[in-house]
Amino acid sequence: MTDIEPDDTVDARGAACPGPLMDLIGRIRGAESGDVIRLLSDNNQSLTDVPEWAEEAGNELLAVEERDDHNAFYVEKA
Amino acid sequence: MTEHVVIVGGGTGGTVLANDLADRLEPELDAGDVRVTLVNDDSDHVYKPVWLYVPFGQREPDDGRRPLDDLVDDAVDLRIDRVSDIDTESQRLQFHGSAPSVGYDYLVLATGSTLEPDRIPGLTEGGHNYYSESGATDLRDELLEFTEGDLVLSVIGTPHMCPAAPLEFVFMADDWLRERGLREDVDITYTYPIQRVHGNPHIAEWARPIMEERDIQVETFFNAESVDPEAETVTSMEGTELDYDLLVTIPPHGGVDLIEEAGLGDGGWVDVDKHTLEAEAAEDVYALGDTADTGVPNAGSVAHYQAGVVGQRLASEIRGRPATATYDGKTLCFIETGMDAASFVEFDYENPPSPALPSEKLHWSKLAYNESYWLTARGLL
Repeated sequence: MTDIEPDDTVDARGAACPGPLMDLIGRIRGAESGDVIRLLSDNNQSLTDVPEWAEEAGNELLAVEERDDHNAFYVEKA
Repeated sequence: MTEHVVIVGGGTGGTVLANDLADRLEPELDAGDVRVTLVNDDSDHVYKPVWLYVPFGQREPDDGRRPLDDLVDDAVDLRIDRVSDIDTESQRLQFHGSAPSVGYDYLVLATGSTLEPDRIPGLTEGGHNYYSESGATDLRDELLEFTEGDLVLSVIGTPHMCPAAPLEFVFMADDWLRERGLREDVDITYTYPIQRVHGNPHIAEWARPIMEERDIQVETFFNAESVDPEAETVTSMEGTELDYDLLVTIPPHGGVDLIEEAGLGDGGWVDVDKHTLEAEAAEDVYALGDTADTGVPNAGSVAHYQAGVVGQRLASEIRGRPATATYDGKTLCFIETGMDAASFVEFDYENPPSPALPSEKLHWSKLAYNESYWLTARGLL
C-alpha cells in the first residue's frame, strides 16, 4: 500500500476501455500542476494505457497499487 | 389508478420509446389505466446524422427536422417544455417558468448529449464542427472556400455522439477533395486522444491502414488543451502544437446538469445497470441512449434498441409481471469511407465489431436508412 495522499480520485471501475483513461485525462485537464489524481480501474488495458499516456503527456505515474478487484493509479500532473 | 410514464427527451430514444409504449400498451391507454407523456424542449425532432453530409453540400439541416407532433402517436401526451428539476424521492418533475410540477410513476431519461466547446479556450472562436445545425452550415461555407492548406480534424475527448463520424469526415473530405482536384494542395491531419485512431481497437485497426493509404496524417495521444484562433494553432495537453488553416473538431460533450443535480450520475450521464437500464440511484427510473452510462457508443441504433428493451420492461411492470427484457449492448453502424463507399459494423457487449469491406452498396444502404429513419422514429422500423 502506498501512503500517497491524492488530491482527487476518479472511480472508473466498471468502465470499458478507453473510459478509464479518458476519465483520468478529463480530471487532469482541470487539475493544478503538482496535483495527484488517483484513478481506480478494473480494466486491464489501463495497465498499459495509463503509463503510456502519462509518459507522453509528461505527467508522472507515482505508483500503481494492485487491489483485490481493481488497480489504483497515482498520477501527478506536471 | 392511472400509471403515469414520463419520458424526458424527444430524440431517437425518447421518441421510439413513446411510440413503442403507445403500441405496446394500447389497451391500457385506451382504458385510461396508463398515461404516457413525452417532454421535449423543442417542438421538432432532429435526426443528427444528416449533419455529416451538410458540409459537403449533400444535405440541408431541414432534411433532419420534423415536428414531433407528426412523429409521435396521438395516444402520447406531448409536452414542449424544459425540465428544471427531478425529485426522485417524491417522483415529481419541475419545469422552467410557472408551469405546475408533474408526478410520475415511471421516469425515463433520454436527454442526450450537449456540446461544451467552452471547456477548451479558443475553441468556440477557432474551431468548426458538424455536431450542430449551425456548426454544420458554417463549416459548409468554410469548406466550399477552402482550396489549400492544413485541414485538421481533432477529436476532443470521449464519449461523443457517433464515434464513427470523425473517421467518416476525414474519409469523405479526402475523397471530396480528390474529386475536386484539390487533394494535393490540402494536408489532412486526424487527431485522437488515446494511442490509436478510435476508441474501439477493432475499428482502430481497420481504419489506420486506410488513413495511411489515403495519406491522412495521424496524431494520437492528442488531447486539445487550447486553440489560438489568431495564430491558427491547436495545442495538446501532451505538448504537441499543430498549425491549421481549417480546424474541424468534435467538441467536448456533456449530459444535462439536472441529472447530476438529481444525484443520478456524474457529468449528466445516469449510472445504470447496463443490462436492465434501470438507474442505480433511484427507483422506477430508467435511462437510455447517450444518457445511460453503459459504455456502448452514443449512437442512434443504441438508443433504438434500448428503447425496445425499456418499452418491454415498463409494459411488464405496469401489468404486474416480472420484467425480463435486457439490453445486450447491440450496436449497428454504417461508416462512410468516401463519397460513394461505406463499411458496416455490428457488435455487442460480448462480440467485437468486424468492419465489412467498404462498398458502394453499403453507402447506398446508409443513405437509404437515413431516408427511412422517420419510420424508425415512428416505431415502425
